Amino acid sequence: MKLKVGQALVSVVDDTAVIATKVPDGDVVLTCGGAPLVPKGSEVTPADADPAHLQGSLLGKRYVDADGTVEVLCTKAGPASLALDGVLLATAEAKALPSSD
Amino acid sequence: MNLTMLLDMAADGFGDRVIAGTRASGLTAVALRDAAQRGARLVADRGADAIVYTDVNGLGFPVAMFAAAYAGVPLVPLNYRLGAEQLDALRARHPGAFVVGPGAGALPAQDWLDVTTSTDPFDAVEPGYEDIPAVVIYTSGTTSEPKGVLLRHSNLVSYVFGSVEFASAGDDEAALMSVPPYHIAAVANVITSLYAGRRLITLERFDPQEWLALVRSEGVTNALVVPTMLARLLDVRGDRSLGRLRTLAYGGAPAPSSVVRKALETWPDLDFVNAYGLTETSSTIAVLTPQDHRDVLASQDPFVRARLGSVGRPLPGVQLEIRGSDGVPLGSGVPGRIWVAGDQVSAEYAGKGRQVDERGFFDTRDEGFLDEDGYLFIGGRTDDTIIRGAENVAPAEIEDVLMRHPAIADVAVVGLPDEQWGQRIVAAVVLREGQEVDLEQLREFARSTLRGSKTPEEIVIWSDLPRTETGKLVRRHVVDRFGAPV
Repeated sequence: MKLKVGQALVSVVDDTAVIATKVPDGDVVLTCGGAPLVPKGSEVTPADADPAHLQGSLLGKRYVDADGTVEVLCTKAGPASLALDGVLLATAEAKALPSSD
Repeated sequence: MNLTMLLDMAADGFGDRVIAGTRASGLTAVALRDAAQRGARLVADRGADAIVYTDVNGLGFPVAMFAAAYAGVPLVPLNYRLGAEQLDALRARHPGAFVVGPGAGALPAQDWLDVTTSTDPFDAVEPGYEDIPAVVIYTSGTTSEPKGVLLRHSNLVSYVFGSVEFASAGDDEAALMSVPPYHIAAVANVITSLYAGRRLITLERFDPQEWLALVRSEGVTNALVVPTMLARLLDVRGDRSLGRLRTLAYGGAPAPSSVVRKALETWPDLDFVNAYGLTETSSTIAVLTPQDHRDVLASQDPFVRARLGSVGRPLPGVQLEIRGSDGVPLGSGVPGRIWVAGDQVSAEYAGKGRQVDERGFFDTRDEGFLDEDGYLFIGGRTDDTIIRGAENVAPAEIEDVLMRHPAIADVAVVGLPDEQWGQRIVAAVVLREGQEVDLEQLREFARSTLRGSKTPEEIVIWSDLPRTETGKLVRRHVVDRFGAPV
């Protein structure tokens, strides 16, 4: 699937939901619990999770791949894990910006 | 992307935390969501196409902002201190609105809060997910008629995602907002504080003593003030202790470096943040961080020390260019016009659409330059430049010098029409309480730092200066008061 920045995606295996905050140009396979994420609002066919992809997604964390091509923000937590092309995403370092308003 | 998503995340992540209001009577994240949904039902039942908010800042404001988001209509905060004629003219642009505030046909903010925080059952409104304007802010218009700036959900949410870490605040943190609700900083503060998990406290009307008392009694850890407020806080005689305050941000108008330096000396343990942004950019686009401030104090390098007059570096999600009058980007150190792009940049006006170039950049109409390390210096509005003879003179430079005089509390420098020079430089100063000054000596004081051609030919004493409520100087009103044709 080709992703857009700001696009909301939901898991088909649990409650996990994300917003894409950085996307590559081409098509990618972004999964949660091993099953592809689908655009929020589209019809969801529930599926079972791959047991290797059940380490949890934490609310408010940013998830990135090792090359930094994809970043998503978890807007709803769930027990399943996010992955790109089968490789689990890692949480990104917190941004160190001071509050300014 | 919708503001309601931010509130849902807060309710999911720290639903029991008091997120707005005083410790004693504030709302938890879950209670705020309930109130906003109840408000959305009222708005939907009325068939309203906006929520106009004309009351003072308070708990009713965040409720109104999220109620509008759930109802799928924009929030339109208006300046309640405008004259009746101007306020009516703005209200007339939203004839179908639900109005929160005083006056006929409106619901005062306290009543709005009482109704929305009742325990009556209600049918939730299904929120829409279209990227409509979430907030419409009428710019104060220092140079022209007020324009309605449209801030879409995607602009505001992008700003939050780009500048704040979710739940990054401890549950003992509190932010104090002193600017009025129709200012972009007040709008931004609602959503950034919520997303960080920081309790939001508002001050209805800024008064330095009250501000200090509230900071101490509510254990405020973060606050934003405009430069004129900062100057007034520094003028308080007696107890200026700040309790648990850790971060003090200033912005909204250029801050004289003499004021900032005094603040750093007065509160050496505080983290200072200078923020630069516009309504059209969903608040902050550049920040001078606490570390930057400390570096300035520690350094003997004049290049580093000059950064106290800078607004810092652009946020990661913001692209910033300095361009010449021909539109070509300029190198570091060269002043020009500041252009910005990024998801948080709305650059959109009611009835006019988005005002961006083919690359998506918006002309801020502010002048400035970047130093070699990417620090942004603002050189005042383009229109402010005084042209005396063939020389371009930035009023800010002269104002900075005059502000260093111990008797001076405030100053404005403008150019008046002059047959010989095109423009001549004049200054109006406001004296500190109980102070007197010899105007000829004051000119000498200016001349000792500035060249003769930049020394004001005339200096007058006024009781106050025409400033907007956020402290921006309205220079055309200064020129008017000098009795010169504009």
